[in-house]
Amino acid sequence: MSALKIKKGSTSHSAYNLRPNFSDVIERHTLAVLVENEPGVLARVIGLFSGRGYNIDSLTVAEVDHTGHLSRITIVTSGTPQVIEQIKAQLGRIVPVYEVHDLTVEGPSVERELAMFKVTGTGDKRVEALRLADIFRANVVDSTLETFVFEITGAPDKIDAFADLMRPLGLTDVARTGVAALPRGN
Amino acid sequence: MTRKMTGAKMIVQALIDQGVDTIFGYPGGAVLPIYDEVFQQNSIKHVLVRHEQGAVHAAEGYARSTGKPGVVLVTSGPGATNAVTGLTDALLDSIPLVVLTGQVPTFMIGSDAFQEADTVGITRPCTKHNWLVKDTDNLAGVLHEAFHVATSGRPGPVLVDIPKDVQFATGTYEPKKPSTSRYQPPVKGDMEEITELVAAIENAKRPVFYTGGGVINSGPGASQLLRELVEATNFPITSTLMGLGAYPASGGNWLGMLGMHGLYEANMAMHDCDLMINVGARFDDRITGVVDMFSPKSTKAHIDIDPSSINKIIRIDIPIVGDVGHVLEDLLKVWKSRGRKTNAEALDKWWKKINEWRSVDCLKFEQKGKVIKPQYALSRLEALTKDHDRYICTEVGQHQMWAAQYLGFEDPNRWMTSGGLGTMGYGFPASIGVQMAHRDALVINVAGEASWLMNMQEMGTAMQYGLPVKQFILNNERLGMVRQWQELLHGERYSQSWSESLPDFVKLAEAFGAKGIICSDPDDLDEAIKEMLAYDGPVIFDCLVEKHENCFPMIPSGKAHNDMLLAGVGTQGVIDAKGSVLV
Ligand SMILES: Cc1cc2nc3c(=O)[nH]c(=O)nc-3n(C[C@H](O)[C@H](O)[C@H](O)COP(=O)(O)OP(=O)(O)OC[C@H]3O[C@@H](n4cnc5c(N)ncnc54)[C@H](O)[C@@H]3O)c2cc1C
Ligand SMILES: Cc1ncc(C[n+]2csc(CCOP(=O)(O)OP(=O)(O)O)c2C)c(N)n1
Repeated sequence: MSALKIKKGSTSHSAYNLRPNFSDVIERHTLAVLVENEPGVLARVIGLFSGRGYNIDSLTVAEVDHTGHLSRITIVTSGTPQVIEQIKAQLGRIVPVYEVHDLTVEGPSVERELAMFKVTGTGDKRVEALRLADIFRANVVDSTLETFVFEITGAPDKIDAFADLMRPLGLTDVARTGVAALPRGN
Repeated sequence: MTRKMTGAKMIVQALIDQGVDTIFGYPGGAVLPIYDEVFQQNSIKHVLVRHEQGAVHAAEGYARSTGKPGVVLVTSGPGATNAVTGLTDALLDSIPLVVLTGQVPTFMIGSDAFQEADTVGITRPCTKHNWLVKDTDNLAGVLHEAFHVATSGRPGPVLVDIPKDVQFATGTYEPKKPSTSRYQPPVKGDMEEITELVAAIENAKRPVFYTGGGVINSGPGASQLLRELVEATNFPITSTLMGLGAYPASGGNWLGMLGMHGLYEANMAMHDCDLMINVGARFDDRITGVVDMFSPKSTKAHIDIDPSSINKIIRIDIPIVGDVGHVLEDLLKVWKSRGRKTNAEALDKWWKKINEWRSVDCLKFEQKGKVIKPQYALSRLEALTKDHDRYICTEVGQHQMWAAQYLGFEDPNRWMTSGGLGTMGYGFPASIGVQMAHRDALVINVAGEASWLMNMQEMGTAMQYGLPVKQFILNNERLGMVRQWQELLHGERYSQSWSESLPDFVKLAEAFGAKGIICSDPDDLDEAIKEMLAYDGPVIFDCLVEKHENCFPMIPSGKAHNDMLLAGVGTQGVIDAKGSVLV
């Protein structure tokens, strides 16, 4: 379990804030959901969001503990505080969901995403794309005479910023992994 | 002790180990091996229904009236899809069910095989959890887990989909053992929150208990504790449709049901209270109406085993996550240890106010003339049956609301109705399930003629098993509840809301070998009801009632609790455009 960097003892139950504020402000929250790696569990989580009309801004999932049959789903969602609390409570009801963590409120956390951008162009635009990629620490993972594929990791807003810069320079394709997140420290 | 056996045998063995005595089902190709095992044993009684929807509602009736999970066995494809309405019904009303479906063999899954349906996919959103078992060695473990999940925490229906090759193959049977499941919802409430509620109880000037189906789910002990708490504090108590019987209707503090068709005094008390104590209810929209106007002056406490029920609709000041029985026990302990205090003087004033509301006598009606009023029919049914060992089921519509208003429930688990989904066709099969569990009791299904027709094929089941269920049909030849809304909302344009070409219910009963009784004269009603009670077998009672009677009180859509419509007032234009989009 310790490899998962999820605090011991924080059950899905105690993660709820039963006294939330009921403001109308839309907040963005990153949730880490630890689930039993059984068939259909992702469909349950996604079905919950679509069935109840919640937003999914990004979702990633992968097995994190093979022997324990555990997968970790990282969901970035948005809603009013009441909706966010309801989302967490609804996730907690799913039988193969063991833990629900709201990384946005449970202390500082780090978020990273990996993206690949294909930029097509020649001349000055191509040179400028390469120069900006360097500033953003994006790597070139493929190139032809007319295209580059850049690979970049970072927080989602850094990737958004890079995408904005590449667009006028001939951005043709984007692939993003969605957010992976962990709490900082112990 | 572990043993080798076929999957099909394991299923029967697991049901026996789980203490199952009755299952409701319908065979088909994908469950034949299981039916072969059912044939070769005597511990479990199988009830052959006439439609799989009936099997699920019967299992719901069985479950609600016994507190045990209901068990269903149906085949793949159409057998499973016919069960979907019942599963959804059980999910919304928190009824524990274990539904077993056959599936095409594992090697054919995904090939559009004969009678293949993606049963776990279809039922994922309408079960608490479901499983597809692909390996016989896992089957027994999954079945035991299925019972555990269905009955723990907030109860609900679960489904186990079992491919035919898994039924034939031999594997190791895991006996039932104390659950090692990771699914263990907490039942004890937080003591700090409980103490906060005790303090609120000590100081409340205008308190009210708002109780619900969660008290019934928690078991008879919870109802007992609730009664003790209500008597000791002398607080008034109301309940949702799903919670009727948790506190006795004859109890002095009983305000009657609340909500859209609830009693005037109950809704007024909810609106004006300063402390609302929700015990196992979920702030359904039939209760709250427009949430902005819901009980504006109260501190709200909520005891619920499901954290998602808390703050879902109404903002809660004192949230307590836990099982009703456990929480009430702790609550009583703390309250007693602090000297059993309440604000008696303020309570006195509050009761005076409540008694003024009571004096409005919102359920009064006049039986004049030669046409039976539905309210009169139910009052007579109540008078003539209340001393029996009685269980009541209902269908859905006006008759359901009148039954909730005019029948008195003295104990939990005596009232079976489809609340959350509002499934017409629920009541008749449910009455069969109840009667299977309580062979000597009086089981009555209060029905509307339209709802009753939706699962009338179950007459065959009632006859086959000698189940003396009484089908008390309030026949208004209308889809009454729909007609009422059309009157209030759609300018009395009664689009498709009448029952035409109805059968002759007496002949219909006779065609099945049952007894039929028709009654249209109020003066004959008592005798006719007595005749129904005296008959030892299924009865269809066709009670011809007033066709255009409306169900009151009613909180019109878009209005607050203190804005109720009472009987005998004009109903034109009472729902505005904003209210009319609500259901
Ligand atoms: C035509 C029609 C009209 C209706 N009109 C009305 C009306 O006027 N008034 C009315 O009341 N209803 C009415 N209903 C029913 C309504 O739709 C809801 O089904 C009902 O109000 C819900 O009841 P409940 O709040 O008790 O919740 P339930 O659905 O019974 O839910 C129980 C709650 O208790 C919790 N719980 C379960 N087990 C436990 C436990 N062991 N410990 C603690 N908590 C637990 C659950 O998590 C849940 O939150 C009507 C239905 C129909 C079809
Ligand atoms: C399966 C289903 N279909 C439609 C409805 C909508 N509906 C609610 S009440 C009602 C009319 C019920 O008529 P009846 O059974 O005769 O009862 P009454 O209201 O006349 O007492 C209808 C159609 C429903 N609740 N369930």
